[in-house]
Amino acid sequence: MLLREAAATNYFNLVPWVVFFPVLGILINLLVGGRLREKMIGVIASLAVAASFAVAVLLALSLNDQHAGTIIAFMNLEWISIGDLHIDWAFRVDTLSVTMMLAVSGVGTLIHIYAIAYMHADVRHHQDPTRYRRFFVFFNLFIVMMMILVSADNYLMLFVGWEGVGLCSYLLIGFWYDKGKGGANHLDGISNALAGKKAFITNRIGDFGFLIATFLMFGAFGSLQFDTVFTKAPFASQGTILAITLFMLLGVAGKSAQLPLYVWLPDAMAGPTPVSALIHAATMVTAGVYLVARSHELYALSSQAQNIVALVGGLTALFAATIAVGQFDIKKLLAYSTISQLGFMVAAVGMGAIVAGIFHLVTHAFFKALLFLSAGSVIQGVEAGHHAMEHGSIKESKHKRGEHLNEGGEFDAQDMRNMGGLSRRMPVTFVVYLVGALALAGIFPLAGFWSKDEILAEALHLHPAVFVLLIIAAFFTAFYMTRQIWMIFFSKPRSRPAEYARENSLLLTLPLILLAVLSVFGGALNLPFWHTLTHWLDYTLAEGAKVGSFNYLVAGLSTVLALAAIALGIFLYGKRYQAQAKLPAAQRPVDPVQPYLRGAFTGIQHKWWIDEFYDWLILRRYVALSRFLSYRFEERFWHDWLHDNAIAGSFRQTAHFLAQPVDLGIIDGIANGLGTISQRFASWIRRAQNGFVRSYATWVLAGMVIILGYLILR
Amino acid sequence: MVAIEYYVILSAILFTLGIVGVLIRRNAIVIFMSIELMLNSANLAFIAFARQYNELNGQVFVFFVMTVAAAEVAVGLALMVTIFRTKHSIDVDQLSSLKG
Amino acid sequence: MSGYGIEDLVYILPIVFLLVWALVLVLVEAFTKRPDVTMLLAAFGLLAAVTLSVIQFGTEATAFKEMLTVDGYAVFVYMLVLASGLLSLGLAYDYNRRMGWARGEYYILMLFSIAGAMLMASAANLIVVFLALELLSIPLYVMAAFVPNDASSEEAGLKYFLLGAFAGGFVLYGVALIYGATGATNLMDVVAAALGTNSPVMLLTGAALILVGLGFKVALVPFHMWTPDVYQGAPTPVTAYMAVVAKAGGFAALFRVFIAAFPSVSADLTPVIATLVVLTLVVGNVAALAQKNIKRMLAYSSISHAGFLMMAFVTYGSALYADAVTSLLFYLLAFTVTSFGSWAVVIALEKAEGKGLDFEDYAGLGKKYPMLSAAMLVFLLSFAGVPPTLGFAGKFFLFRTVLEAGYAWLAIVGVIMSLVSAFYYLRVVRFMYFEQGDPEVRSEPVLNLVTAITVVGTIFLFLFSGPLLAWASEAVLALI
Repeated sequence: MLLREAAATNYFNLVPWVVFFPVLGILINLLVGGRLREKMIGVIASLAVAASFAVAVLLALSLNDQHAGTIIAFMNLEWISIGDLHIDWAFRVDTLSVTMMLAVSGVGTLIHIYAIAYMHADVRHHQDPTRYRRFFVFFNLFIVMMMILVSADNYLMLFVGWEGVGLCSYLLIGFWYDKGKGGANHLDGISNALAGKKAFITNRIGDFGFLIATFLMFGAFGSLQFDTVFTKAPFASQGTILAITLFMLLGVAGKSAQLPLYVWLPDAMAGPTPVSALIHAATMVTAGVYLVARSHELYALSSQAQNIVALVGGLTALFAATIAVGQFDIKKLLAYSTISQLGFMVAAVGMGAIVAGIFHLVTHAFFKALLFLSAGSVIQGVEAGHHAMEHGSIKESKHKRGEHLNEGGEFDAQDMRNMGGLSRRMPVTFVVYLVGALALAGIFPLAGFWSKDEILAEALHLHPAVFVLLIIAAFFTAFYMTRQIWMIFFSKPRSRPAEYARENSLLLTLPLILLAVLSVFGGALNLPFWHTLTHWLDYTLAEGAKVGSFNYLVAGLSTVLALAAIALGIFLYGKRYQAQAKLPAAQRPVDPVQPYLRGAFTGIQHKWWIDEFYDWLILRRYVALSRFLSYRFEERFWHDWLHDNAIAGSFRQTAHFLAQPVDLGIIDGIANGLGTISQRFASWIRRAQNGFVRSYATWVLAGMVIILGYLILR
Repeated sequence: MVAIEYYVILSAILFTLGIVGVLIRRNAIVIFMSIELMLNSANLAFIAFARQYNELNGQVFVFFVMTVAAAEVAVGLALMVTIFRTKHSIDVDQLSSLKG
Repeated sequence: MSGYGIEDLVYILPIVFLLVWALVLVLVEAFTKRPDVTMLLAAFGLLAAVTLSVIQFGTEATAFKEMLTVDGYAVFVYMLVLASGLLSLGLAYDYNRRMGWARGEYYILMLFSIAGAMLMASAANLIVVFLALELLSIPLYVMAAFVPNDASSEEAGLKYFLLGAFAGGFVLYGVALIYGATGATNLMDVVAAALGTNSPVMLLTGAALILVGLGFKVALVPFHMWTPDVYQGAPTPVTAYMAVVAKAGGFAALFRVFIAAFPSVSADLTPVIATLVVLTLVVGNVAALAQKNIKRMLAYSSISHAGFLMMAFVTYGSALYADAVTSLLFYLLAFTVTSFGSWAVVIALEKAEGKGLDFEDYAGLGKKYPMLSAAMLVFLLSFAGVPPTLGFAGKFFLFRTVLEAGYAWLAIVGVIMSLVSAFYYLRVVRFMYFEQGDPEVRSEPVLNLVTAITVVGTIFLFLFSGPLLAWASEAVLALI
């Protein structure tokens, strides 16, 4: 595994290091992190991920020569061997996994660097230096698990990574579990923890599906190794394949926040912004997409499964896009946008357009990470303004009327209604945010344009119904991004803190700039006519990636729609918003689109009451069931009837019976009897021990006579 | 020549007499004499068997036993004298303060 | 028939030396009338005998025409008995002075008695067993009655004497019958002749008589009746001495005789022995429950321990008897150490004219003399077989052997009886720690030393039960 040895042929043997480098980072930070300065901890963690990225690059270079890739069994380690189940701890190096490694570690590195600066503010606000180390240990652990997930050679190892990232997600969503009032987020510690719990439980439902799929696969194919499964799959019955793929879809829906399990992702924004960017936008949530892409040979066997997956993706894309329109929280809006974009990807891989899905996955990682990080930058900028205002430099009434406060009654730095006009205060952030938004909206020639258009073109070709869903979703995408840009950066500041917002340091903005560059040029990965990524993934995808022809019609249509949406957005949120702001509070609509959408907006604002619906459908039922079980079943039946009456009662009766006739009569008789007997016996012995020598001699004689009698007469 | 059985039976009778004496007599000296009778019954058996096996060992044992008996007499009589001094009696039934 | 050589004397040098030394001390005492000097010289003699025994360790020999055997088993008992002698001297020294009857003869008698006990361990001839038994017993009769002008002591002495002589008669008659049945008294010849004997009834009767006689010495029920009376009436150091040494000598002879000479009748005798064991355990423990005098309680307790020791004997005809003897020796060691310790505490509390011997006299001991009561606690726990004490190890090895031999029911009886025994041992603990009282204890250096040695031994030797057991087992190998 030495570099020199490896370089002689290729770098494939280095693949375990994509996992080991972050592990090393964790170990260093765990062992000596307590003594290191804050920055050093972040630097070590970032370097660990960067080293991982470097390894991924080397792997990619090697793959360039040897397209087929390889499977590296780690130290020939047989991981599990029970009966027929033999699973090696093996890493899979092929173009698909390496693409994921590059995306994860590349974006991960940038976000780590960003987090060095971002989390500094957290520490400053909370006076708790240890949490800095905790954050980076979790962050590195996430990279470890994500790398295991993407480099796995079998479904069980993939599941380890799958669960591992779920754990890290849970830990990091609830990272501010101890946060009291007045933090940077509008949720307090308990609701942060609850958000983490929600994510975990929802994911458990998905994991349940994935596990069932794994069991089914083992049952049907006797193996969990990818190649073996794919080789044997064509011989399995259609029902088996459908069951496997649909249970797997449940897992995908959980992890990649698809209908109906997407509900955890918006709440997951309770975590620190770098977490939202890395885990809940760029990488972890795409694991489901990766899983479908990895298993595309299974899905290809069942057109029903493909249909369902594509529909789920398409519906999610549209559904989440509509909700995004009604959000005021800067991060929540992006969260719904992420769900929507994940829907695009899932739809793509579901249709069999693997390349398009992965392409969008990569470009989305760039621009969504960029958007989240920029949002973090905006939040910190506004908070800095709020902080400056609170601490004396500006002598005015503390809060202006009309400011939007969070649940704790404090100023909410994440509410876009409190922003406005930030383009002058935070120019760098503004520019990169704009780039990210345009990329997301799919404006030529930014990255999002190419990848989204490829999906749309494929959809038109493969699944027209989904195409309709997706193109409407694309329209909404452009619209809500325009709304966001305008609410944040244009017109006049709508709160005092926004007036005093500050641009952030270079350490924080540098990753933004790099990501912005990637968002601009990311489309170059798979430009029409060149199809770099298509050819690259072709080496891995069994049936060969279809080189879709560039569809000018689709491109034109989507561009027109996007531009229309932008125009509409500017119309609504430009002058009209300013005009409405002057209206008295009672007549002022909640949002400029409200008068047009009316009831629909209420629906959007309440996220179509899905949470409430789940609450009614599942939680209430569940609570009712537990109530039933606890009161009716446990208390009344189990406790009152079975336990108290049947068991305790009969026990009491038995005990009574045992106590009165049996115990008093027999047992007590025996116990007392034993006592009495032993007392009688003892006193009898004492009487026998009468002090007379001759009597003693008689006993000796008696003993001897009995012994002799026994021996002779026997 | 008298058959060995007679000696053995006689010795058994003597032994039994000795035991009975121990059990029914109350005077410590008589009890002790009964014990001596038991020892001597054993002596008789020894001699009889020695003659049967035609060897000296059994007869030598008798001397050992007589020596032991003499030692016991010395100790026993001394004890009785001491007790007589204290209690003015050697009736063993009066020596029953230790019991229970 | 060649004569005896000097080497015969050399083989049994510890015994010979002890006897000669005792005779010398008779003269010394007669001329000096200094009990302290006699006591010191007796102690020296015991130490010298210990040294000689240590030198003899590893010897495997017979002496005087195979009438005596010196082997590991014998030497183990030598050491045990000699150590007991030293501890007894320690107990007696202060006690006799306190009670005002310090006489040099006491120590000389003890030396003779110890020599007798040693002879019993070495005896390979039935007539020697009888002689050794008398040598062990006759001095004890005197010692039991040693307190001048004390009715109890004299009563104890006479009872012991009469019953002891009575039991001696049984042993002797048993020897005579075996001689009649086999024409031999040497154990090796007996076992050879027993195989072809034409009168198994006589042999069996003889063996049974010997069992009764020796059972009397070690206080098996129903031959135990003398024990409580004598233990109570005798001076306490004598009680302590005879509780251990008479038992050690009795068991040593019993095992050697029955294992070496009567394996052929083991099938007949095993049920008898098992019955004796159960009787002894039950009677000893139950009777102890009803006692209020600590000396009587300890007497019954020693009867019950005889029952435990005898448990090892049920396996004597089986292949496991080596293990059984090993655990017997170990239990004997445990009993020795614990017993002397407990008697030392009893002596510390005893006052003139048999006062200070009731449970009530122990009330409040824990508060006033924490060290002494802690020591007593250790001894009582060891008696009851609670870890971490030597008594626990002893019971553990013993029960294990009995279990392995297939006498599970006997082991269960043993365990139940250990539980019963805890009741009366803990009653003393209750008095010591939970009752109000004001006991008076005079601090006497030698007595304190004995207490300290035994309490340390009870705990410390427990930690080394492994090596000790190995030693005991090595001692047994020679016997086989």
